[in-house]
This record gives sequence, C-alpha cells and structure tokens, in this order.
Amino acid sequence: MRFFLNRLGFLLISIWAALTVNFLIPRMMPGNPVDAILAHFQSEGAPLGPNALHALEQQFGVAHSSIWSQYLGYLQNLLHGQLGTSITYYPLTVTQVIERSLPWTLGLAGTATIISVLLGTFLGVYAAWHRGTRIDAGLTTVTMFTSAIPYFWIALILVYLFGFELHWFPQFHAFSTLPPGVAWWKFALDILYHAVLPGATIVISAIGGWLVGMRNNMIQTLGEDYVTFARARGVRNRRLMIAYAARNAILPNLTGFAMAIGFVVGGALLTEIVFSYPGIGMQLLTAVENEDYPLMQGIFLIIALAVLLANFFVEMVYGFLDPRARQGE
Amino acid sequence: MSMSPTLSNADSLVETVKARRTTFVRLLWANPRARAGLIILMAMIVVAILAPVLAPYNPTSTNFIPSQAPSPRHLLGTTLQGQDILSQLIWGSRNSLGVGLAVGVIATVLSLLIGVLPSIGSRQVNTIFATVTNIVLILPGLPLLIVLSAYLHSSGAFTIAAVIGFTGWAFGARTLRSQVMTLRQRDFVIAARLAGSSQLRLLVREILPNMLSLVMANFMFSILFGILSEAGLQFLGLGNVNAVSWGSIIYWSENGSALLLGMWWWFIPPGAAIALVGIALALVNSGIDQVSNPRLRTVAKTKKGGILR
Repeated sequence: MRFFLNRLGFLLISIWAALTVNFLIPRMMPGNPVDAILAHFQSEGAPLGPNALHALEQQFGVAHSSIWSQYLGYLQNLLHGQLGTSITYYPLTVTQVIERSLPWTLGLAGTATIISVLLGTFLGVYAAWHRGTRIDAGLTTVTMFTSAIPYFWIALILVYLFGFELHWFPQFHAFSTLPPGVAWWKFALDILYHAVLPGATIVISAIGGWLVGMRNNMIQTLGEDYVTFARARGVRNRRLMIAYAARNAILPNLTGFAMAIGFVVGGALLTEIVFSYPGIGMQLLTAVENEDYPLMQGIFLIIALAVLLANFFVEMVYGFLDPRARQGE
Repeated sequence: MSMSPTLSNADSLVETVKARRTTFVRLLWANPRARAGLIILMAMIVVAILAPVLAPYNPTSTNFIPSQAPSPRHLLGTTLQGQDILSQLIWGSRNSLGVGLAVGVIATVLSLLIGVLPSIGSRQVNTIFATVTNIVLILPGLPLLIVLSAYLHSSGAFTIAAVIGFTGWAFGARTLRSQVMTLRQRDFVIAARLAGSSQLRLLVREILPNMLSLVMANFMFSILFGILSEAGLQFLGLGNVNAVSWGSIIYWSENGSALLLGMWWWFIPPGAAIALVGIALALVNSGIDQVSNPRLRTVAKTKKGGILR
C-alpha cells in the first residue's frame, strides 16, 4: 500500500511537472506565438473574433494578467479538457485532432513495442543460454548495430527496398482508398498490409535494447548459487532456463521500460513521418510546420501523459511481481 | 623548497589515478571491439578536421549536372540541385560530430552535477535531485526537443547542441547516481569516512576514481544520443537546413523526393555515416562494459552451452 501511494505520488508530481513545462515553454522562448497565429488567420482572410483572441492570449501568456493567474487559468482549462483550437485544422479543436490520430499511433507503436519486447526477451534468454557461441556473438553484434542506427534511416531503406524496388509493400500512408461497401475484413487486411514496414522499422530499432538487457541479466542470474544447486540436483535444462533463470532475470529488465518507452515514442514519431502515417507524430510535424502552437503543445502534453501513465502501470506490475521493489527506497 | 606532507600525498594520489587510468586505457585498447570502435572514431575525426583538403568540391556549389548516379567524377553522385554528395558528406561530418561532441560534454557535466554532486548533501537534497532526475528521465525527449526547436526557429549548431544536452542528461545522472550509492556502501569508503574524510573528499578521492569507466561510457552514450538527435531534428527540418550536416542532407533528399526518383545515393551515404559513428561508439561502449564488468566477459567457449561461469 505504501509502495502504491509512493508511486502514485510520483505519478502526480511528474504529471504536474509535464503540465508546468508545457506552460512555461511558450513563455520562456523568444518570439510571440500569438503574432504568428494572428498573421496566419489574417492571411487566410478569416480574422479572429475577440473571444478567440482572448483565449489565445491566455494560452500563450500574452495576456496582461499576472503569470500566476495565467497559470491557474491554464490548469483550469486543462481540467475541463480544453486544449484550445487547432490552427491547421480550424475549426476542429486540438482534442478532436488528437482523437483522430492517437488510435493510429497506439495501434502501430503499441503493437510493435509488444512484439519487440517479447521477441527481444526471448532472444536474450536464448543468447544468454548459449553464451560464448557463435549464435550469441551474432545476435549481440547484430543488435548492437541496429540500435545504433537512426530510426528514420532504417525506415527510408525499408521503403526504398520493399516499397520502391520490390513493390512488396505500400510506400506510404496507413490505408488505401477502397471502393465503398467493401467488407470490413478487407479494410482490416489493408491496414495490416500498410503497417508492416513501419512496424518492422520500430521492431528492428527497439529490439536490441531488450535483447542485450535480458541477456546480461540472464547471465547474472545463471551465476547465482540457487541455479548451480538446481543444476547439481539434476533439474532439466529447459526447466532450469525458464523456471529458474529467465523468470528472475525478466524483472530487472522491466525497470528499463521507463527509458525504453521514451525512445520508442521518439522513434515512432520519426517512423510515422517517413511513412506519412496519420498518427500523432505526423500531426506534430504538421503542427510545427504550420506554426500551429496550440496543436503542438496539446500533442506534447498527450504524449507526456501517455508515457507517464504507461510507466506507472509497469511499475505497479513490477511491484506486484517483486516484493523487494515494494520495500526498497 | 621542501614539500609539505599533504602535497606529496596529493602527488601520490595523482600517480595512482594516472596509473589506474593507463591500465584502463590499455585494457580497452586490448579489447578488440573497443579498438575497432576507437579506430573508426579517430578516422572520422581526422576526416572532419581535414575536410577542406579531402573534399573534392565545394559542398554548397550547385554547378554540377543534377541527379547523377555515382561516377568517377562524383563518387557518390549529385543531388537534385546539382551538389556533390561526397563533398557534402565530408563537410557535414564537422557539424554532426561537433554537435555530438558538444552534447556529450554538456550532458556529462550536467549528469555529474545533478546525479553525483548532491550525494554529499543532506538526505532531502538527495531526494529532491533524484526525483527531478526521474521526472526528466521519463518525459519523452524527442517530442520535447521538437517543441523547443519549433519555438527557437532554425538556430545555430550550438543552440541545437545546448537544447539536446539539456534534455538528455537524465539517463546518465541516474546511472551515475546509483553507482555512487553502491560505492558508498563499500568497505573502503566506509573506512575512509570513519577515518574522518569530509563528504566532498570522499566523493572526489574514493568514489569518483572508481567510476571513471562508467563516466566514460556515459560520455560515449551522450555523444551517440547527440548525433542521433541532431540528425533527427535536421531530418525534420527543425535545425538549420542550410547548414551542411548528415541530417540535413537526408532532409533535402526527402524534400527532393529522392525515394520516388530512386536516388538511393542521396540518402544512403549520410545515414550510413551516422550509423558508422553509432556502431563505433557502441563498440567502444561494449568494450568498456566487458573491461569493467568481468562477468560479461565471454572467456571460455562451452561445448553444449549453458555451463556455468
């Protein structure tokens, strides 16, 4: 219980920190985003009404009130789920834009992450068990290479090879325009077909960390006395590998999740951009290119919240599985 | 002039630290992975320094026949705008490696200041800094970088390095901090504390010399982080797209639809250069790992696999 409260406290503090960073960035940076936004609307021939202007000024701190009352107003707006209006997709609100693109990102990056965690952990166990052999050397070397290569470059090469040269997979987008009335499973297959290359990009880049982490933990665990004893007692190899060593080696690997998820999110953003995949990363770039500051900050906030929550969830699972984590610190 | 005892003491300390460092470097050099990585890195640094001599043409000149595949005249072909890609690649190494190095220095200094230094303070100070580190660690880095650079508008190389460094110190701070916490429990540190050493002295004399390899690994990791982040930002067009760097070459190739035109020679070489630096740094890091963590050394090959130790 104390562990739970402790982690919950950390979650709340970190959410507050994310909100505050999001509030401070436009106020600390040079330039005035409201001017850019106004110029944008003027050039479109749709000048903003006084209400919208007031809302914008509040959001970006050009308001003539004190920074304190701006901050309180900002938090109040967020509590009511108001992230402002997108400029690029006017009159859609930022929340609406995010609602449309978030499922794509969650589907793509989420599935790819789960695949790379499972596959990486499995291969890590395998490499540790066969350590010192060619398989081990091969696996660790290959993954050391793949995790050092930029995501977007892997994506470009996959597009070039399998999209442009071989025509095996579509080069861009998340789905193709199918004739109306087409069966839902055909549409689902189409989406899967489009997700293969971007998904492969994320798996290739993310798998290395899991594999190497799991391998090193596993080697540590294999050196423990209880494993030696079990082996001396004649426990079968397979049982020794899975029930004795791997089960205990998995736990420390989970703590790496906090760092890993940050990298995966960043990599998924770049991957989406290469593939013109209509997720949150693509929207973030669109927002930046159009100086759509409300959308940009809304997206940053959503990504930060998602990462914080995912991390909290993993820590809960970790605490549930490992009593030592509940007592430590 | 007679030497005071404390001074000679300090001298001997310097000697031991130096000796320790040379054995570490020698061990590292003896490790084939680390040596391969160091050789690649040094070669790339030499190329960056000698760029004016090595580059066949001016990297920004657009006087060549556009969209040419690699040929003896242009070893890596030309861009859609008629620039020589090999020259861009050679000059771009200055920007990319420079930013990476600057990020490495900034992030390492910050992680030492925030992760290691507070350990001499009170318990509360420690908790505060640890919490701040953990928060920054899980805030998603790249989205934050993108938002920050969007406000800064195409900025110079140093601003980019500073922004990346200020968002990328947390991982190092956390690893270094946990190492300090472990070392503080060791007998030799406790002995020194009982002998009356101050906290700062403990940190500088007993703890830091024992974690040099970790600091170095962290420095390498930060350089890699810097190079990858800079390339990512440039690729998105958020850095200075007119400065020649590996990331901006890829940005222009995307912009010029090199993918649709099949101009592989435009985007493959700069990515390969980034990957090569990344691999070299990863090689050095895994070498450091193997030297400083003997358990991971794969000494004996086993027949059936799975034989313990």
